[in-house]
Amino acid sequence: MNAFVVVFLKEVRENLRDRRTVLNTLLTGPLFAPFIFVLLINTVVTQELDKAEKPLPLPVVGAQYAPNLIAALKQQNVEIQPAPDDAERAVREQDADVVLRIGADYATYWDKGEPAQVEMIYDASQRFASAQAGRLRALLDQYSERTGALRLLARGLSPKILKSLTLAERDQSTPQSRASQLFSMLPYFFILGGFVGGMALAIDTTSGERERQSLEPLLANPVPRWQILGGKLSATTTFALTSVLLSVIAFAVVGRFLPTAKIGMTLEIGPRFAAGAMLVMLPLTALLANLQTLVAAFAKSYREAQTYVSLLMFVPAIPSMMFSFVPIKTQTWMYAVPLLSQQVIITRLLRGDFVPLSGFALSVACTLGALALVYAAATLVYRSERLAISA
Amino acid sequence: MIEVRDLHKAFGKVVAVDGASFTARDGEITGLLGPNGAGKTTTLRCLYTLMQPDAGAVAVDGIDATSDPIAVRRRLGVLPDARGLYKRLTARENIAYFGRLHGLDEATIRARSDAAIAALDMGDIAERRTEGFSQGQRVKTAIARALIHDPNNVILDEPTNGLDVMATRAMREFLKRLKREGRCVLFSSHIMQEVAALCDRIVVIAKGRVVADESPDALRAQTGAANLEDAFVRLIGSDEGLAA
Repeated sequence: MNAFVVVFLKEVRENLRDRRTVLNTLLTGPLFAPFIFVLLINTVVTQELDKAEKPLPLPVVGAQYAPNLIAALKQQNVEIQPAPDDAERAVREQDADVVLRIGADYATYWDKGEPAQVEMIYDASQRFASAQAGRLRALLDQYSERTGALRLLARGLSPKILKSLTLAERDQSTPQSRASQLFSMLPYFFILGGFVGGMALAIDTTSGERERQSLEPLLANPVPRWQILGGKLSATTTFALTSVLLSVIAFAVVGRFLPTAKIGMTLEIGPRFAAGAMLVMLPLTALLANLQTLVAAFAKSYREAQTYVSLLMFVPAIPSMMFSFVPIKTQTWMYAVPLLSQQVIITRLLRGDFVPLSGFALSVACTLGALALVYAAATLVYRSERLAISA
Repeated sequence: MIEVRDLHKAFGKVVAVDGASFTARDGEITGLLGPNGAGKTTTLRCLYTLMQPDAGAVAVDGIDATSDPIAVRRRLGVLPDARGLYKRLTARENIAYFGRLHGLDEATIRARSDAAIAALDMGDIAERRTEGFSQGQRVKTAIARALIHDPNNVILDEPTNGLDVMATRAMREFLKRLKREGRCVLFSSHIMQEVAALCDRIVVIAKGRVVADESPDALRAQTGAANLEDAFVRLIGSDEGLAA
């Protein structure tokens, strides 16, 4: 048997015997992330639904001064609540999302046909509260417009003279594209799955083996070092890939239970998505596993290796972060950058957008190129004399 | 047979081995004796090709270590100073792993493992995972796996380090057995009595140089000391004439 295979089998067998690590790499890592993800999406979706369907709770100060307005709000599914002692304080303490205050002189202005002031007290820095405030503002605008139109009619004028423009909005977002904004973090979860899957072995087979003093006897065997390294790298990559595969499958399964349809979103998580995602994730996972091994082999001790590898974990987060905060137009060069290309392709697949065959090819080829570079670097590190010798 | 010719090895400015030459013959036990930091481990590491000498040559059974390191390693059984085992594998699996790396077939591995397990009296621990092994049990396992390919030459770096009295005695018997089988045994030590009790030949190394290469008796005669310990101190000690 080739030494490459011998090392590979031994590393896999030894790692499988470490129950906790196996549990972490093959269960917690790949399943936890999609689970958290679904939880997150569920919360967002439920919130969206709540906003639209649930009555708007509204504490009102001075409700008695504007009975007509209050009646109109009640008709629009607003739940009028008694006034708090201190409206500003109630909003600051988040006891109320928004409070409406009606002055005692409301009726005087109203009767004169002049604009009557009402106050909306809210905190715009509270995301949910400001959405509620927006709902109330729309209702108040509606009421104001309606009564204004009635006043014009009473004077024999057409309400149309107040409107010089008619605005027609044509939203070009599709249900998929609306969903994909939420899902731009998804590629990172896949990458994270692979990362967690390979981490234990990457450290264990390099600085771990050196620290446990078994690397020197291992290297005394009549086997070229590149074969030993190759076996170790393949074992790490295998575990990382298994992790990613489980992650993609888990997501494809859990994704079906997402209530996205309720808010008019559809996701493209069929076999086409899974196949495409796996195709671009394969070389990337191998690249990351090699990178982990390189970094871990470079480190002087197990602890140092853990620190480096953990820091490395933040690198793949960068494109995902970028995409979830800043909308970025897909450009051809992006397909050539490892990590970025996976981000772009997986996001586009989710949106149901077209990914050119050349995009796939470029992504796979460039990631494999980077992999070759990292592998060469790892071989160099492995050839060094100091590698085997623990302090 | 292991031959070392004018070996040099430095780490930056620190000279570890500075022109060492000696020969370890088949059917003999050769002791590499020297104080801590004398360059014993570095010399051995050059022998089993973990390190490249800066200058000089190492040959095992006539094969040059620089030109064909793999063939050299094939002819060597090595118990390095680092003797870590894989703790999630059993003793037998640890041994078999090295057997497979040597390209042995499963039947041979089985037969040789059984023989080594019997010879080293480790039948009770063979099927146990090595996690929690005592120092003695660990060394036994490490030796068994180092000799799985039945090498003609055996290199041991401080083999009795950390062993109790009983285990040390067993180790000595084992080395004698290797010698009786006609192998070339080379081991390093800083313990006088051990070398005196075992070796056919003593190579005294100090500051990276070989300061004596004799049989124990000749060594005593050469230095004019009554016992080996005095001879040793004279050889490596402040006596500049000898050390230079």
